[in-house]
Amino acid sequence: MKAGVTFEKIQKKATLQWEALQSSNKPRILIGTATCGRAAGSLDILKIVKKELKNLNIDASVMEVGCIGLCYYEPMLDIIKPGKPRISYSSLTPEVIPKLLEDYLVKDNPRPDLALGYIGEGKVDGIPALFDLPVFKHQVRIVLRNCGSIDPENINHYIANGGYSGLVKALSMTPEAIIDELKKSGLRGRGGAGFPTWMKWDFCRKAPGTEKYIICNADEGDPGAFMNRSLLEGDPHSVLEGMVIGAYTIGANQAYIYCRAEYPLALERLGIALRQMEKYGLLGENILGSGFDFRIKIKEGAGAFVCGEETSLIASIEGKRGMPRSRPPFPAISGLWGNPTNINNVETWADVAVILQKSGEWYSQFGNEKSKGSKTFALVGKVERTGLIEVPLGTKLREIIYDVGGGIFNNRQFKAVQTGGPSGGCLPASMLDSPADYESLTAAGSIMGSGGMIVMDEDTCVVDMARYFLTFTQAESCGKCVPCRVGTRQMLNILQRITRGEGEQGDIELLERLANTVKSGSLCGLGQTAPNPVLTTIRYFRDEYEDHINNKHCPALVCKELISFYILPDKCRGCGMCLKNCPVTAIDGGRKMIHVIDQKKCIKCGTCLEVCPKGFSAVIKVSGKKIKVPEKPVPLSK
Amino acid sequence: MYKKLAEIFKQYEGEKGAVITVLQKIQEKLGYLSEEAISEAAKFLRMSETEIFGVASFYAQFRFTPRGKHAVRVCLGTACHVRGGEGIMKAVENKLGIERGSTTKDRKFSIERVACFGSCALSPVMVVDKGVYGRMTPTKVKNILSKIK
Repeated sequence: MKAGVTFEKIQKKATLQWEALQSSNKPRILIGTATCGRAAGSLDILKIVKKELKNLNIDASVMEVGCIGLCYYEPMLDIIKPGKPRISYSSLTPEVIPKLLEDYLVKDNPRPDLALGYIGEGKVDGIPALFDLPVFKHQVRIVLRNCGSIDPENINHYIANGGYSGLVKALSMTPEAIIDELKKSGLRGRGGAGFPTWMKWDFCRKAPGTEKYIICNADEGDPGAFMNRSLLEGDPHSVLEGMVIGAYTIGANQAYIYCRAEYPLALERLGIALRQMEKYGLLGENILGSGFDFRIKIKEGAGAFVCGEETSLIASIEGKRGMPRSRPPFPAISGLWGNPTNINNVETWADVAVILQKSGEWYSQFGNEKSKGSKTFALVGKVERTGLIEVPLGTKLREIIYDVGGGIFNNRQFKAVQTGGPSGGCLPASMLDSPADYESLTAAGSIMGSGGMIVMDEDTCVVDMARYFLTFTQAESCGKCVPCRVGTRQMLNILQRITRGEGEQGDIELLERLANTVKSGSLCGLGQTAPNPVLTTIRYFRDEYEDHINNKHCPALVCKELISFYILPDKCRGCGMCLKNCPVTAIDGGRKMIHVIDQKKCIKCGTCLEVCPKGFSAVIKVSGKKIKVPEKPVPLSK
Repeated sequence: MYKKLAEIFKQYEGEKGAVITVLQKIQEKLGYLSEEAISEAAKFLRMSETEIFGVASFYAQFRFTPRGKHAVRVCLGTACHVRGGEGIMKAVENKLGIERGSTTKDRKFSIERVACFGSCALSPVMVVDKGVYGRMTPTKVKNILSKIK
């Protein structure tokens, strides 16, 4: 930092820049270009917006922002006209952009038909307030407060919104006082285990040794979870501010961010953010004149699920195979290169920043008695409104799935929800009134995990889901301990047999025995939790397992070996669509002939069912029974 | 080979625990980890080739055979699985005429399976090189892959 530059001056400059932007007399356009927006086509939208503004000869500022979590409505863009509230437009296509820009920016018609809602002061006829929509009713904006509103590549935006004031406050406090503040907040580890953060920090702070490390675990390996990615892409500084506070409290001078290589945009934005921090003297030597030195390095993960486990992650940073080791000693005593090390998840670090910016007491007003604060969840699967959400801990699963998520996709029936990824459990409808907090989810046989929440409907087979998760954990088992390496393999074999229709009496009991052995005999979290999906599906859906084993019947019509497709002779009109599209020529027929599927050739891909015209609906999918159909194609009766 | 990699080595001279990063940079440059490259890395890092191979083979990211010009990666994470990711994978395999984990004879395409891209809300997801495609259907697979040269 240059001499004479204080944080007040930086803050003042940032605020001026931010205010100038807010009170600009130019229209502003915000486009969410995080990875999920990009997958929905937001970069095409961005291109067209820029081109159209030129065509219309409009001087407007275009800003790329992170994700506000409404992935379901992507691609989105927001328009702020001077003196008007910000209006969010959703589910856009490149075709509507020119008309939308012309209508609103030139003709002053805000196009309520395309708008999702408005944000801020004022009112717009025909458009609801965004945060009054049901999707936001139960939500809070604590960790995600800046996501979608600021330019994640501009540190001034973060500072103007209260950023780094938590660090400034922390630097004026003693480490004991900071730990006390965290204790008051009730913050627990957001990586999933829920260990009180203040206690973890205190252990590491008090551990003997002069060289200490802190690590940010951004190895979000749970398939079906993207909370950390969104946060790092949308507001990287909030995570980094938390890390500097943590390092100062613990007495560490070096940190690592271990981020998975599958998140290139998050890695890029972290890199940009670190360079900006150095420029402002928020990183490096003598941070803000406090005499405290601190550096952060980014380490790219190389694709190993087990590296989300802290001892494996440390081994991986050291350049070794990412295998866990037994604890104690805990990393707080002996971690990276044998030195005291404190590891927290991305979201925990971001929570620390906001706790110091506001206060521990403020933070603890959210949540319930044992689980304080908020938690982000990736709400995905067969739910109507998929997206990234943030709710106070203790919000009921029913409220999350039905109010925030808008219920089940295509009006189907809810069957189960999986929390905690492959390490979590599958909870049935009877558990929908459980609050989403650490204790309740554990009591139900699942875990909080880092925040993946996958909703399944009646078309999802729970035995197939258990097989799916086991395939994943079995492949990701590092192979160090026998119960995990061999046990998950044996469990998978049994599950594969059951889904193939070769299940035998006693399989369920055998699965349970194996599951308990793997759970109690494994060294790390991967093995200890891998059986959870199997145990919970057996606990809550035992009848489905029995149906597969005894009746060779898959009630959800998912398990390929247990289903068959038939063409109903009284409904087939001989149009030939199925025959034309069948990838394995398993269908015989001809013009005005009733078509027939050769059951031996059929690979059960379901294409015929998809392409059979709706008016006929002649193809049906069944399990556990045979339908009487002609053996060879016969002419239509009329 | 050494000449090709010297620049990478220079950057990580004396850095603790740089093995994985160095291998990542080599793969970025060469497209895969050849035997020669592993042998050079071993010399630079003062480790045995076996140790290097042990580390590299542990992580899913490292390849020991060259990849096609275009990497088609299909996500089979949980959300994609629930919404038909397997069907997308089958469509890619059918279209390219090869199985997952392999490369077409003309070295144009490789198919890889990925556990999760973190774009779950737009599942099923397919990634071709750096382009992310969400809400995939088998028909979209055909269209997208036909356009790639």
